[in-house]
Amino acid sequence: MRAVCRQMCWVFLVGAVMVLSSGSLACREQRTGDTRSPRSGTENIENKGSDTLVNLALAWAELYVQERPEVRISVTGGGSGTGIASLMNRTADIANASREMKIEEIRAAEANGIRPVEFVVARDAIAVVVNPSNPVSSLTMQQISDIYTGKITNWRKLGGEDRPIVLLSRESNSGTYVYVLEHVIRMGEPKSKLLFSPETLLMPSSEGISTEVRQNPNAIGYDGLGYVTSDQKVLAVARDASSPYMLPSIATVKEGSYPISRPLYMYTAGEPGGQVKAYLDWVLGPGQKLVSKLGFVPLN
Amino acid sequence: MFARQQAAAAHANWGEFVIEAFIRVLGFSTIGFVLLIFLFLLREGVPIFYKVPPSNLFGIHWYPIFDLFGTLPLLLGSVFVTVTAILIALPLGVATAVFVREVAPNWAREVLKPMIEVLAGIPSVVLGFFGMHVVAPLIRETLGAPTGLTVFTGGLLLAYMALPTIISVAEDALDAVPKSFRDAGLAMGATQWQTIWRVVVPAARSGITTAVMLGMGRAIGETMAVMMVTGNAARMPLSLDALFKPARTMTATIAAEMGEVAQGSAHYHALFGIGIILFILTLLINLVAVSTIFKKQRRGGLR
Repeated sequence: MRAVCRQMCWVFLVGAVMVLSSGSLACREQRTGDTRSPRSGTENIENKGSDTLVNLALAWAELYVQERPEVRISVTGGGSGTGIASLMNRTADIANASREMKIEEIRAAEANGIRPVEFVVARDAIAVVVNPSNPVSSLTMQQISDIYTGKITNWRKLGGEDRPIVLLSRESNSGTYVYVLEHVIRMGEPKSKLLFSPETLLMPSSEGISTEVRQNPNAIGYDGLGYVTSDQKVLAVARDASSPYMLPSIATVKEGSYPISRPLYMYTAGEPGGQVKAYLDWVLGPGQKLVSKLGFVPLN
Repeated sequence: MFARQQAAAAHANWGEFVIEAFIRVLGFSTIGFVLLIFLFLLREGVPIFYKVPPSNLFGIHWYPIFDLFGTLPLLLGSVFVTVTAILIALPLGVATAVFVREVAPNWAREVLKPMIEVLAGIPSVVLGFFGMHVVAPLIRETLGAPTGLTVFTGGLLLAYMALPTIISVAEDALDAVPKSFRDAGLAMGATQWQTIWRVVVPAARSGITTAVMLGMGRAIGETMAVMMVTGNAARMPLSLDALFKPARTMTATIAAEMGEVAQGSAHYHALFGIGIILFILTLLINLVAVSTIFKKQRRGGLR
C-alpha cells in the first residue's frame, strides 16, 4: 500500500509541475504572439473545424501562402462542431464544416452577437465500402437504408454469401453520419423517423472504419471518397431499382448520377472583409483546381 | 556570537515554515481540485436531469442528435466491460502476486517487479491500436463472431491494463502478512502450496479486495483503448451472447461526442450527466476500497 501512496505523490508532483510550466509557457507564447504580428506586418487567419475538410483546407492554405507571403493561415481539425464553437468565441476566423450549422448553433452564435455566413467550398461523394472478398458489388439506396436500419441482416439476401452484416458508421457527431442518416437512411424524407440500428458500430475515426472493412468480410461501411483506400471495395449505388448503378467519382458526382454526395462548407463570423474575404474569393476561384487532387469534387 | 546563532535559528525556522506551508497547500489543493471538478460537473450536468424526462434519460435508446438520451445501454456497457475485465484480471493478478511474493526466487522477483511496473506505463492508445489490429481479428476468426470489436475484446485489454495495479497492491497485501503466519502454517505440516492458499492469501483478503477495487476503478475510467475495440454500438447487452457483441461505454461516449457537441445544448448537458454518473460510480468503488483498508487497520495485526 505504501508503494502506491509514494507513487501517487510522485504523480501529483509531476502533474503540478506540468500544470505550472504549461501555464507559464502559454503566457509566454501569447506575449510573443502579440508583439510579433504588428511588427512583421503579417496577418494571421485562423481556420478550424471539420476533419473531412482538414486536408483540403491545409492544401489550400499552403498554396495560398506561397502566393501571398504576407498572410499566415493556421489550419486545425477537431470536427465541424469544434470549428463552429471556435467561430462563436472568436478564436477562429473561418470554421470548416462538413454539415450545415444546426439551428441551436446559429442561435447561440447570434446570442454572442455573431451572424454566421455560409460558403459552399467543395462537394464530397460518400462511398459505400465492403471487404474486397465480398461478392456483392452494387446496392440500391433502398437496400442501403434497409441494411443500416437493421431490416436486412444477412448478405445472402443481397446476393452475397451466408454471412451476418456488421454495420459500421462514423460517430454520431460527424457531419458524415448526419448526412447519411438524412439522405440515405431516410432517403431525404423530412418526416421519416428511421434511425441507424442500435447494432451499428460507431467508429471514432475513418481509420477505424477502414481497418475493420479491410479485415472483416462481414462489414459494410461508408466514408468520404477522399478517405477510401485501395484495399476496400467501393460499391456502385443506384438511386432506385430502375436507375443505373454508378460508382462514385468526380465525373459521376458532377453530372449528378451518383446519388450520395454533399456540399462542404466554410463559415465566417459576419460578412468577411480584408484578408479573410480575399482568401475565400481565392478558395472559390483559383483554389478549386486543388479540390479534385484531394479526392473531392470541385464546384464547377 | 549568540545573536548570530539566534538569527540562523530564526532563518531555519522560517525556511521550514515556508516549506511546510507549501507542502500543506499542495496537499490540500488536491482535495480542492476534486471538489472544484465535482462542482463543475454538477453545474454542467445537473440541467439534463430536469430538462429531459427520466423516462427518456433512463431509456434504452441513445441517439443524442435526435434528443434520445437513454443512458441505460451505456451504463450497462461500462459495467459489463468492467466486470469482464475484472473476472479475467483477478485470478491472473492474484496468481502473479502470489508467485512474485511467495514462490519466485529473489533474482526473479527483482526482474519481475520492474517489468510489471513497465506494464502500467504502456499508453492505452497503443494497447488500443494493438487490440484493433491484432486482438480483434483473432477473436473474430477463432470464435466466429460477426466482428472482433466486442465486449470481450475490451475486457481483455482492460484486464491487461488493470493487472499492474492489482498485482502491486495485492503483492503489498501479501507482503504485510506476518512471517509468523507462514512459519506457523509450515510448522503444522502444511505444504508451501497449502500455506499460501489456506493461510497467507486469506490473511491478505482485505488487501486483495482493495486491489480488485482499485483495478476496477482503473478499468471503468479507461477510455481510449475501450473506444477503439468495443465497437461503440449503444445496444442493450441483455442476451447471453452479448459478451461477443459490441457495446458502448460511458467513457467512450463522452470522449467521442464531446468534441463536436454544441455548447449549452441538451446533448452537452447529457454528456456531463454521464460524467456525474461515472464520477459517482468510481467514488462508490473507491469508497468500498477505502473501507476495506480502514477495516484492515482496525483489526491491526490480525489482518
